[in-house]
Amino acid sequence: MELSGADILCRSLADEGVKYLFGYPGGAVLHIYDAIYRQDKVEHILVRHEQAATHAADGYARSTGKPGVVLVTSGPGATNAVTGIATAYMDSIPMVVITGQVPTNMIGNDAFQEVDSVGITRPCVKHNFLVKDVKDLAETIKKAFHIALTGRPGPVLIDLPKDVTADKCEYIYPENIDIRSYHPVTKGHPRQIKHAVEMMLEAKRPVLYTGGGVVLDDASQYLVELAQKLNFPVTNTLMGLGAYPATDRQFLGMLGMHGTYEANMSMHHTDVLIAIGARFDDRVTGNIEKFCPDARIIHVDVDPASISKNVTVDVPIVGTVGSVLKDMLALLAEAEQPAEQKEALAEWWKQIDEWRAMDCLKFTQGDEIIKPQYVVQKLWEITQGDAFVTSDVGQHQMFAAQYYKFDKPRRWINSGGLGTMGFGLPAAMGVQLAHPDETVACVTGEGSIQMNIQELSTCLQYSLPIKVISLNNRYLGMVRQWQEFFYQSRYSMSYMDALPDFSALAESYGHVGMRIEKPGDVEGALIEAMKLKDRLVFMDFVTDQTENVYPMIPAGAGLNEMILV
Amino acid sequence: MRHIISILLENEAGALSRVAGLFSARGYNIESLTVAPTEDPSLSRMTLVTRGSDQIIEQITKQLNKLIEVVKLIDLVEGEHVERELMLIKVVAATAEDRNEVKRLVDIFRGNIVDVTTTTYTIELTGTGDKLEGFMAALADVKILETVRSGVSGILRGEKSLHI
Ligand SMILES: Cc1cc2nc3c(=O)[nH]c(=O)nc-3n(C[C@H](O)[C@H](O)[C@H](O)COP(=O)(O)OP(=O)(O)OC[C@H]3O[C@@H](n4cnc5c(N)ncnc54)[C@H](O)[C@@H]3O)c2cc1C
Ligand SMILES: Cc1ncc(C[n+]2csc(CCOP(=O)(O)OP(=O)(O)O)c2C)c(N)n1
Ligand SMILES: [Mg+2]
Repeated sequence: MELSGADILCRSLADEGVKYLFGYPGGAVLHIYDAIYRQDKVEHILVRHEQAATHAADGYARSTGKPGVVLVTSGPGATNAVTGIATAYMDSIPMVVITGQVPTNMIGNDAFQEVDSVGITRPCVKHNFLVKDVKDLAETIKKAFHIALTGRPGPVLIDLPKDVTADKCEYIYPENIDIRSYHPVTKGHPRQIKHAVEMMLEAKRPVLYTGGGVVLDDASQYLVELAQKLNFPVTNTLMGLGAYPATDRQFLGMLGMHGTYEANMSMHHTDVLIAIGARFDDRVTGNIEKFCPDARIIHVDVDPASISKNVTVDVPIVGTVGSVLKDMLALLAEAEQPAEQKEALAEWWKQIDEWRAMDCLKFTQGDEIIKPQYVVQKLWEITQGDAFVTSDVGQHQMFAAQYYKFDKPRRWINSGGLGTMGFGLPAAMGVQLAHPDETVACVTGEGSIQMNIQELSTCLQYSLPIKVISLNNRYLGMVRQWQEFFYQSRYSMSYMDALPDFSALAESYGHVGMRIEKPGDVEGALIEAMKLKDRLVFMDFVTDQTENVYPMIPAGAGLNEMILV
Repeated sequence: MRHIISILLENEAGALSRVAGLFSARGYNIESLTVAPTEDPSLSRMTLVTRGSDQIIEQITKQLNKLIEVVKLIDLVEGEHVERELMLIKVVAATAEDRNEVKRLVDIFRGNIVDVTTTTYTIELTGTGDKLEGFMAALADVKILETVRSGVSGILRGEKSLHI
């Protein structure tokens, strides 16, 4: 039987196993919305802004490993989605975005709600397609999912002109697809892996520096096995948190600009750095000239372009984390860890424990003003370290990363690469939909939450019992901090005047609102909120306005040059 | 250093703009770029001349390889290769003296005069960039009306070839 393009799209998504489609309707996608109405396999989630659709799909993807799927209309629908697409691109998140487009015969005529979606998104997608013939539609969808999920994951966009969604053809969804120009490497080169293992066994002060790639590849178990077999210390990037259990003795905490003293000092003094699924971001390396001065570097990454991009490495290994770590473990199973190395490691751990004794994350919670760190610490305790935590961008994001100790991967959901304020709440919606029975907390700031606060309405519609933890410091705190440190406290435009009463606002959206002002009330309020299992609770914590994120590595400094308090 | 990157890519709308976009977005420079379909109509062959340190060229080739439409590529300067560029150049040839001088230079440089009017010659010349520039320099006082260059095309010498 012949189906319309719109029906083919719905059938293809269903055949691809898509459960949720995050979107917003408009003229160019009306045929598609009609097809959605006539089927029940894929559930459409109606957001309140297209940016939120992309973040929700992204949160769904980060927390499950499955691709997030988005549908928006042409023109403003597509442009509103761009921020979310770029956010997913920077963090290598698999996503398929379908944008409506004006009919093919009108493309290029400045038609109503026409924008060159393929052109606009080209630099921030892994790949994109314009489908001009309904006969190509099913195959293009198959290709899009294949590209989004394999190799280094990323968002793929399909631009779909309105006439193509009306045109009909026979529906066949391809079982498999081979794209002759696209065959990402999975298995690492055996000689390089052997070389790396030899180097690892010679190390006296090794560090495993691991990132988002471990999470994306669902390869935590191999990382844990490797680290524990060799007794090597592990540090995670912001994107890698949870890939190695944070409460384990061998975990040094996050590294980089706001990383721990012990992580950054270990990086600075290491002799063999083993980078796994991490991309040597400038927030991690600090000044490249001063980065890991004594280290030979091994780098495992599925994307050859990540290797030796910012830092030249000694042993490049192109392959997926899981596959390469398994190969390494197989080699190590035959090798004996040299006694010499065991001794050296004992020394190394002694040194690391001295750095650790600095207790760089310590803070004092007085009786008067709530410390943001305290709220996160309590959140961690009360949720027993087992919640899904999304965050927005700013100081609160760093506090969440530092004080919530993630023991499992895919639980920490944040925008690292693009640093998109407004990410947290919609991302939490995607996470909560994927995990209806789990606790999902969104740690946010009064600045960030206002960038997508309209989604409180979506949360009501779909009964998403998210716990919004607003660390309200009445400042664009991260901006204020930089102005304090580097612009002699000239607080230009970083003060948030005229804030709404968030608790009342949440109530008017039909949720539960709380305002917490006293340190003594923090714990009780959190416990109470967690008991409201089926309600969204907006917890507005009035926090210390002057608090800064420490440690901090200022621009141009090396990892050993942290500001501690 | 100067590099000639030869790329086999899918002959699809948009493939060229992806390559061009990559260069502008990442701030790489393009000295010249040519592209046309091959004997297999589903494939295009692009030759791209660029300059950069070894590290930049490594990133360029890696980033190009990441483009889904890029099937294969090589850096021709890593091996023995032939490189050619076509130039069409129109000059004023109104006097007998100029007409003779231009004709003589065209013969020396093994070009062809492909269009003649009472006042102009249009010359076709192929060769390396140096040769084309040498010709223009040799024209000396002859007035050039316009030059059109194809950009460099290149191919490996011997039995080696870039194919799928
Ligand atoms: C306010 C703010 C402050 C920040 N401060 C810090 C900080 O102090 N410390 C910090 O670490 N970050 C910080 N960041 C985040 C930073 O900007 C980067 O996003 C982050 O460091 C990148 O993490 P990553 O190296 O793990 O790379 P990701 O972006 O997670 O990239 C993953 C890498 O793994 C590779 N990969 C993907 N899949 C696979 C696979 N299957 N197999 C193998 N490899 C794979 C990819 O090719 C890529 O190279 C901050 C961000 C913000 C917004
Ligand atoms: C969309 C967007 N605009 C601007 C910025 C720059 N920026 C980074 S952090 C920050 C302040 C965030 O304020 P708030 O959400 O209140 O968090 P706080 O730092 O106070 O915890 C700003 C403006 C950004 N990251 N994203
Ligand atoms: Mg704030």
